[in-house]
Amino acid sequence: MSASWLLIVLIAISVAGYFLGRSRVMASVQGNSRQLHSLPNYYGLNVVMTTLVPALVLLIAWVLIQPMVAQNHAASMIPDDTYADQGALNLLMSDVRRIADGLDLAVKSGNMTVEQAKDIQTGTTDIRSRLGEVGVALGSDVDPAVLTAAQAYRGVTNTGRWLMTVAVLALAAAGFAWSYLRTSKDLRARNLVEHGVLALLVGAASIAILTTLGIVLSLIFNTIEFFKLYPALDFFTSLTWSPSFGGGSQLGILPLLWGTLYISLIALLVAVPIGLFAAIYLSEYASSKVRSIVKPLLEVLAGIPTIVYGLFALLTVGPLLVEIFGAGGFLGLGWMKGGTAVMTAGIVMGVMLIPFVSSLSDDIINAVPQSMRDGSYGLGATQSETIRQVILPAALPGIVGAILLAASRAIGETMIVVLGAGAAAKLSLNPFEAMTTVTAKIVSQLTGDADFASPEALVAFALGMTLFVITLGLNVFALYIVRKYREQYE
Amino acid sequence: MTDATSGSGGASSLFTVDALTRKRNAAETRFRAYGIIAITVSLLFLVILLGTIIRNGMPAFQQSFITLPVHLDAAKLDKNGNRNPDDLKKVTTFGYGPLIDRALEVHVAELGIETPFTKAKELNPLLSASAAAIVRDQVLASPDLIGKTVEFRILASSRVDGYLKGRVTRDSVARDKSINAEHLDLADALRKEGVLTKGFNWDFITGADASESRPEQAGIGVSMLGSFFMMLVVLIFSLPIGVAASIYLEEFAAKNRFNDLIEVNISNLAAVPSIVFGILGLAVFIQFAHLPQSAPLVGGLVLTLMTLPTIIISTRASLKSVPPSIRDAALGVGASKMQSVFHHVLPLAMPGILTGTIIGLAQALGETAPLLLIGMVGYIASNYPNGIAEGFLNPNSAMPAQIYEWAKRADPAYYERAWGGIIILLLFLMTMNIIAIILRRKFERRW
Repeated sequence: MSASWLLIVLIAISVAGYFLGRSRVMASVQGNSRQLHSLPNYYGLNVVMTTLVPALVLLIAWVLIQPMVAQNHAASMIPDDTYADQGALNLLMSDVRRIADGLDLAVKSGNMTVEQAKDIQTGTTDIRSRLGEVGVALGSDVDPAVLTAAQAYRGVTNTGRWLMTVAVLALAAAGFAWSYLRTSKDLRARNLVEHGVLALLVGAASIAILTTLGIVLSLIFNTIEFFKLYPALDFFTSLTWSPSFGGGSQLGILPLLWGTLYISLIALLVAVPIGLFAAIYLSEYASSKVRSIVKPLLEVLAGIPTIVYGLFALLTVGPLLVEIFGAGGFLGLGWMKGGTAVMTAGIVMGVMLIPFVSSLSDDIINAVPQSMRDGSYGLGATQSETIRQVILPAALPGIVGAILLAASRAIGETMIVVLGAGAAAKLSLNPFEAMTTVTAKIVSQLTGDADFASPEALVAFALGMTLFVITLGLNVFALYIVRKYREQYE
Repeated sequence: MTDATSGSGGASSLFTVDALTRKRNAAETRFRAYGIIAITVSLLFLVILLGTIIRNGMPAFQQSFITLPVHLDAAKLDKNGNRNPDDLKKVTTFGYGPLIDRALEVHVAELGIETPFTKAKELNPLLSASAAAIVRDQVLASPDLIGKTVEFRILASSRVDGYLKGRVTRDSVARDKSINAEHLDLADALRKEGVLTKGFNWDFITGADASESRPEQAGIGVSMLGSFFMMLVVLIFSLPIGVAASIYLEEFAAKNRFNDLIEVNISNLAAVPSIVFGILGLAVFIQFAHLPQSAPLVGGLVLTLMTLPTIIISTRASLKSVPPSIRDAALGVGASKMQSVFHHVLPLAMPGILTGTIIGLAQALGETAPLLLIGMVGYIASNYPNGIAEGFLNPNSAMPAQIYEWAKRADPAYYERAWGGIIILLLFLMTMNIIAIILRRKFERRW
């Protein structure tokens, strides 16, 4: 039985269990529900819980683990001398899976009998054409070792599926029997169900921890793998970034970090003054009518997906800047050669960050107590003097926090730099030159068909690790500052 | 304020403004002006951005067609004359191409348009490369057409289409190898005769992506389905998990180290760059669990992890806004803690939760970076999924990934498609946000 059918059967058993459990307990008190410990529904739900939850957990775990077991078993069938490295083995294994799937498909469509699929030989049958008939295209003729592995893979998968059906159904039946037999008027069904629900709630909340753990582990393992192939010292200190998939690449992170920081700096130079002044005006000067119109409009800027900003940078801002600063342009300076440049990405990213800075600063400025303003006005200060000399100093830690959060956003931003900043890693001061960033290089190293065993692909994980550490550090620091400041006035 | 009076020197009056006050007032005006300038600039950016999108994207919703009677020559298409579908299938699009070129030549001659072209083949740049396939599909579907002259509505080539929309000019054609000015003259003449027409481009909204050389045929429909399946996955997973996690943290969690750890994790995950979630998806779902690459299921799972913090944060806010008196009342009449939460607090918080979920979904719909890493770009999303399982598991693109893909292609005709795709994407986002706002307005309760 396939997993989805099994799921349906499980649900059917549970629904039946609900009614059976409920009717059993009602029968035990001759329909007088006042003699029950809990409401009748809880007895039904208790049966559902014990039937469904363990079986479901087993089913999910089995579905996740079985391919790995089958894979390892099949991989052990392929002789060591047929492949050069891990990458080649991965390619072979994808062939194995495809052949196995193809054989299954052939049996399903009636193109082969079960026995034929099991005993098929490379010598006697042209497997490639047979599988082609059922719509599975193979790149080359089938190697005998690969076929053996594919058969082994099928064997494990089929036995596994069989065992899974039996085990899951047995567990469900056992759960059902246990809770059904236990159902009596004195069973504390509500407490049992509520404990179960609480456990599920805790489980859901723990997914946040699992996600972080998943991120950290996947980054760390692959980064370690990378540092085995490429010295960590070179990665952090080399001034050149020139990956070549043929080998002999130089993978220094410094030019990428420089590009990232330079673009982020320009973005902040755009976003911070505009966002801050917009926030000051909105919170201190604007009438509530103006605020109710302008604030949502600013938030529209925040709601626009980054791919839109990326396209805007590539197709509109870039060419516009070239017309102004490029050779033969409006200013006749000839500073800019192509549309993609630090300036292009920086300006657009700045626009994206304006609402971020302004809404955070707005909150912080509003948190400054009114009494401080009144005190300042009482001494004869004008509104702008009050803002500059009383409110801003009081709000400063919070604003610094907001700027740091914006910086972390800018550093982690991907689509704008992928489309707007260019692809060349350079250490240059000219903001009109194309440079690239950590995020853009993660994308370029991991897209395409590179195998994940080469340092050129693995470097992306090291870059991701660096990015993760930097943005996390900035966030923790910013939140620390903001929180510390908030405590002063509450 | 002795300084102020001595500074102005001697007799001062409240009715004449002295130098210092004037200076201070000027500073006040200036400061206020900075604020207005900042707001004007940011609104200006918004207007420019939306204006650019609409100006560049609207042409994608228009498409040029050539209406052409094509004589389906039986001698060429069905040599045996038995209309056997298997024999008909042996004639490839190469067999149909010359027929269509010839039909155009004949039609041009019938209309009395003078052209410098002598061979039928030279007219080919006016027609889309997809023309032959369209005609062939129709013939295979109804073999009776063979031998007759049938009117087809054929896509014009992207250059002609661009000429009609003003994207391609005679200057740019001078540098173009695939088409020249005479073709444009002919296009003008055909337009006058009503053969070449511009119509609404349904195929852009419902169609599949096309290969690099056929921008006039590319549509966003398939990737829209991909996005739809992804959003389904996000909704199925993130709503129950997010609500369950929020209920635990808001209603049950005692202050201890484990729960603090969860809190810290959630607030940090909300700030992790989206590309890192892409790396997580690649390493865990594809490398480790061997889920199929480019599948909407994987994309949906990655986006679920990414949107969970957003949903949890907004759900907790709406749970928090339910006054404690509701809980106390429920407990007072004998409900258990769990009953008070599920029977009373949760239903009251539901509108807020739904609003937060819709906004989270909108965010996920526009997210691109993680999708690049799990392989939802770099190929042509040309097949509609057959059925629901394939919809989740077969490689597909998603709307933002498709836009990125088009933006990377060299032909400027694809830029128009990319902007058009953005209009569709933004329409979706706008609808979702408006629904969220309406929900909030309608059900929001002030306690």
